[in-house]
Amino acid sequence: MDFTIPEEIMDMKRTLRNFVDNEVEKYSQQIEDEDKIPQHLIDKAKEMGLFGMSIPEEYGGLGLSMLERCLLLEELGRANMSFTTYIGAHTGIGTTGIVELGSEEIKRKYLPAMASGEKLGAFALTEPDAGSDATSIKTTAVLKGDRWILNGRKHFITNAPEADIFTVIAVTDREKGARGGFTAFVVEKNFPGFYIGTIERKMGLRGSHTAEVIFENCEVPAENVLGEVGRGYSSALKILSKGRVALAARCVGACDKLLELSVRYAQQRIQFGKPIASFQAIQWMLAEMATDTEAARSLTYRVAWMVDQGLPVIKEGPMVKLFASEALGRVADKAVQIHGGMGYMKDFPVERFYRDARITRIYEGTNEIQRMIIANRLLKKFEI
Amino acid sequence: MKVVVFTKQTFDTEAKITLDDQGKINPEGVSLIINPYDEFAVEEALRIKEKTKGEVTVVSMGGPKAQDVLRQALAMGADRAVLITPELEEMDEYTTATILARAVSRMEYDLILGGWRAIDDGSAQVAGRVAEILGLPVVNMVIKLEIDGGRALATREIEGGSEVVEVPLPAVITAQKGLNEPRYPTMKGIMQAKKKPMEKLALSDLGLTAEEVVPKVRALKYFLPSPRAQGKIVPGEPAEAAAALVRLLREEAKVI
Ligand SMILES: Cc1cc2nc3c(=O)[nH]c(=O)nc-3n(C[C@H](O)[C@H](O)[C@H](O)COP(=O)(O)OP(=O)(O)OC[C@H]3O[C@@H](n4cnc5c(N)ncnc54)[C@H](O)[C@@H]3O)c2cc1C
Repeated sequence: MDFTIPEEIMDMKRTLRNFVDNEVEKYSQQIEDEDKIPQHLIDKAKEMGLFGMSIPEEYGGLGLSMLERCLLLEELGRANMSFTTYIGAHTGIGTTGIVELGSEEIKRKYLPAMASGEKLGAFALTEPDAGSDATSIKTTAVLKGDRWILNGRKHFITNAPEADIFTVIAVTDREKGARGGFTAFVVEKNFPGFYIGTIERKMGLRGSHTAEVIFENCEVPAENVLGEVGRGYSSALKILSKGRVALAARCVGACDKLLELSVRYAQQRIQFGKPIASFQAIQWMLAEMATDTEAARSLTYRVAWMVDQGLPVIKEGPMVKLFASEALGRVADKAVQIHGGMGYMKDFPVERFYRDARITRIYEGTNEIQRMIIANRLLKKFEI
Repeated sequence: MKVVVFTKQTFDTEAKITLDDQGKINPEGVSLIINPYDEFAVEEALRIKEKTKGEVTVVSMGGPKAQDVLRQALAMGADRAVLITPELEEMDEYTTATILARAVSRMEYDLILGGWRAIDDGSAQVAGRVAEILGLPVVNMVIKLEIDGGRALATREIEGGSEVVEVPLPAVITAQKGLNEPRYPTMKGIMQAKKKPMEKLALSDLGLTAEEVVPKVRALKYFLPSPRAQGKIVPGEPAEAAAALVRLLREEAKVI
């Protein structure tokens, strides 16, 4: 076992940290105030190749392993979380379906422009009546000649207002339902009958936009089926399960940043004539934050490695999402506490992180659902 | 156009400087970066390369760690790198310039670029000395550079304004903040950097001996700046406060 990070990946990490800490950070408050990521930041990220992180080299991406990707996402996680989400939703759930399930034709058609960031990807599964229970989606797709006609409504879709290419899960056979009756499609925003609905107002992640996606007799060419007709539910699960470890890596980066901010602040803030870092109560919080961060990091690396080895991660995937997002919750909470009243003020990044961190326990499968999957596996494994 | 760029690895601008028990600057645990002024020089070289289909060679002198800086420049787009590791105990600007000049004299070049100073020792001597040894013109603290055939038109900062200087090439030009905004290396660039040539040279490879580059200057002592004293707020009405401030500046701080 060797935990050494290769030099080339260290160089990438260093570059990304420099970009995130010195460049993105400068605009964090502006992103918060204007609910918009400045285009020049997105352009720089494109130039650096970040939008191609999950795409194989032959389609213009970086061709990184999952572990390498996680090592980079960790640095991105230090940034304003909406910036990270913008890129992360694209490199994760927004592109995974096409990379993993797309025909050669589909890959050639879509991936190069997605790798350069010219086209942004999104993933649309959730509906008003189908969140945790994705089996109850109602959006339908009916084959008419050489096109599928989609009707229905998705909601809470990250990057929807900006995205060009959507991976959409719809019902193709209501009788069969999730078992053989769902299909995944690649839908372009300019297909006839495709609309973006309300853009949600959220607790956090300002700058990242989540919206409704509406299909009104939306026409999708038959060749845009992703994977096999009828295998859409397992496709969705596959896409989500790949995303989990990547999401965990982003959480680790955010933990790191919060820890750093807190250690700094604790040494600068003087009360009772000494830095608050000299009080054991504060030291314990810092120690726990650091331990949580390291534990989340170790689990992330291990699960990413398992993915790269082709090992099943049916329970480890949910574990890493569960642990890293809750570690981030604890770390963000302590970071606010260490900052005292300042931690509640919008002038300090910890306030934003505290709100932004909350979503990681909800999206890409709530943590209750993760626990359920883990427990199901355990009960199956040790069935008596 | 063939451009050679000098790059030095320096302490991070936010590094906390401490002295070791021998009273020397302690490099332990300090993160290292490319000297920011050299980064402007690398960027300028790359822009010239892109315009003229040229070639950029980056040269650094330092320990094996200085390779990080060279790899960064290669990742940004430089074509090849040269690392000179002289393994000398004591060095000064004379040492560095003599070695660099010797290294460059073995290369083909039309232009030599560097930062106007390194942020660590801040001597601002090396580029000028190299120019002197090679018998080349030097223009310092350049904020705009145009290359036109065999000449360079350089705008440089001077007291209270700027000056435009024309020099024939080859020449040595040093970069000042404002010359450009350096690009970030791309992830692909970082992957490709590993495959680009990096030549490693010792003093003997340049036909030099340690005696030939013995420093002319010896540092007698290093000490840290005294800690900044607490600030003072002068209370009262503006006119009174201003008068009190002037008195304090004169009598206490003794600066006016
Ligand atoms: C900002 C944001 C971005 C999002 N981005 C996307 C996206 O890009 N694409 C996409 O498809 N979706 C996206 N979602 C949707 C997200 O994945 C869902 O919100 C999430 O899966 C939960 O579904 P729900 O909101 O319907 O909650 P519900 O499923 O209604 O859950 C409510 C509560 O009940 C609990 N619960 C439900 N079932 C069980 C059970 N069996 N046992 C125990 N507890 C249970 C849940 O854990 C939760 O605590 C996004 C959501 C948000 C808020």
